Amino acid sequence: MMMNNTLRNQFKFLPGHVIKGKWNKNTYKVIKELGCGANGIVYLAENDRQQLVALKLSDNGISIISEMNILKAFSKVQGSVLGPSFMEADDFVVNGKNMPFYVMEYIKGEGYLPFIQKKGQAWTGVLVLQLLSSLSALHKQGWIFGDLKPDNLIVTLPTYKIRCIDVGGTTLIGRSVKEFTEFFDRGYWGMGSRKADPQYDLFAVAMIMLNSSYPKRFSRKEGGFSQLKEMMEQKKEFTPYKAILEKALTGKYLTAEEMRNDMAHVLGRHSQKKSAPAAQPTGKPAATRQARRAQSKQITRRKPKYAFLETFLLILIVSLLYTLYIYGQLL
Amino acid sequence: MKPGTLRQILLITDGCSNQGEDPAAMAALAREQGITVNVIGVMENDVIDDKGMQEIESIANCGGGVSQIVYSQQLSQTVQMVTRKAMTQTIQGVVNKELQQILGNSVTMEDLPPEKRGEVMEVVDELGETSNLEVLILVDTSASMKLKLPTVKDALLDLSLSMNARLGNNQFSVFVFPGKKNDVEKLLDWTPKLEVLTRVFPKLTTGGITPTGPAITEALDYFNKKRSLRGLLSHDDEQYFEESI
Ligand SMILES: Nc1ncnc2c1ncn2[C@@H]1O[C@H](COP(=O)(O)OP(=O)(O)OP(=O)(O)O)[C@@H](O)[C@H]1O
Ligand SMILES: [Mg+2]
Repeated sequence: MMMNNTLRNQFKFLPGHVIKGKWNKNTYKVIKELGCGANGIVYLAENDRQQLVALKLSDNGISIISEMNILKAFSKVQGSVLGPSFMEADDFVVNGKNMPFYVMEYIKGEGYLPFIQKKGQAWTGVLVLQLLSSLSALHKQGWIFGDLKPDNLIVTLPTYKIRCIDVGGTTLIGRSVKEFTEFFDRGYWGMGSRKADPQYDLFAVAMIMLNSSYPKRFSRKEGGFSQLKEMMEQKKEFTPYKAILEKALTGKYLTAEEMRNDMAHVLGRHSQKKSAPAAQPTGKPAATRQARRAQSKQITRRKPKYAFLETFLLILIVSLLYTLYIYGQLL
Repeated sequence: MKPGTLRQILLITDGCSNQGEDPAAMAALAREQGITVNVIGVMENDVIDDKGMQEIESIANCGGGVSQIVYSQQLSQTVQMVTRKAMTQTIQGVVNKELQQILGNSVTMEDLPPEKRGEVMEVVDELGETSNLEVLILVDTSASMKLKLPTVKDALLDLSLSMNARLGNNQFSVFVFPGKKNDVEKLLDWTPKLEVLTRVFPKLTTGGITPTGPAITEALDYFNKKRSLRGLLSHDDEQYFEESI
């Protein structure tokens, strides 16, 4: 996408700058720039009550209004914790020029791909499982997310929850998807239309999984299922998910729930096989189980006896650190 | 508000015209007839010079449309974005007119408080989804376009995919210029889907001249033929958007 350079240069606000709404008169103090998209600049800001918020400002009224409408509708979707919640919309007047902006919840965390790169592939499964739960809720309300891609996914800390930013692609089921990214778009791969249905999102979820193993992505050659299948088969980490990925890519899952169930099944079976004996602490989220699997996998290549000891020690250390961390958070 | 039909000419070129009437003037004529002219300048390894840039901008300005210069890798995304943006602009023009009738002359969407503006925008988006769309595509096939033609074809297929996901109906038609015999040649008659392009799209370019002005003129004629034909067949055709640009 083309960068809006005039907007960037003319209205680049430095930390400390105060943005005041013309209609509602609320003020926001700029803390830093979070990012710059095609439609505007997003700032981290502080509101009157010293809360951190994300504020998106644009010099082009139109596209930001559609986006705001979607965010509003999105925020009303019950039980969806997927996107940022909407706070207010207003205009900021600079040198007599009206600049519309809207304010939303600030979602703090790490980008999906950097997170996976740091923490290991083992997290892919868990995060995708979470994502599918949220999508299922969204779909039940008659919407799809549309522009699903790693850049729009944030893993929040310390809860390790997956959230979405940039809900601009969110579309009513049956309508046309207007915002999408080629690699994650089933239309681009010749695998279906751009009419919004749950399968559109599930295709993108499968492509997000492929993207985790191909961080640079890949471009369309002959396109179609054969190319995607080949890319999938080239990476052995996809072996357990093969059937799931195939179904998602070819639109065979009717609901996100179905895909989630299959995913949960594979993840469960997978971790049981690898870390069978150790007593499973009950009620722990899947996340911790996954983390442990990642560690034991690296270790088993060495001598098995030590491996057990090492695993034990590691778990001990990790638990200790975690406890300390939790204390730190509470204090 | 009832959805009507949006009419657009989409010009895909990589530089300056060098034959025939001034394309910007022809674009202005199109606008007068309720047809928006959008222009996309495609670059591959070359760049478009200042003169070419200026022409591209002025055609779109005079034609009430949108222009964008891109590298051919981004062509698909750009074609659909430009088409949608121009649709929104046209619809917004209509909506602003309605607003002025209700609220008084100089009022536009931007003057409304954010809440109201959001509601108006919902109407605009709804019309963008449900309106019928007619796009006449003009492809520059002068020598310098040769390497870009496969990408242009892909981008047009992609446009058809995007637009056909909407609820409204679509009609596309494709012309190339210069043609083998004439300045302009029809490649594809009005059709809702562009898949046929795969078979008929030229792989070869046809020469050094770039008769952009005559191409737009021809496109206008073709639009008018369609309109008068339809006028003969049915009288209920509403011309809502045309009157309002
Ligand atoms: N609610 C939010 N919380 C935290 N960070 C955010 C939030 N919204 C946006 N950001 C950050 O700001 C960046 C820009 O976001 P934005 O959605 O405006 O544009 P984009 O997605 O990069 O581009 P485009 O507008 O072309 O889709 C994001 O990449 C993200 O890093
Ligand atoms: Mg965005």
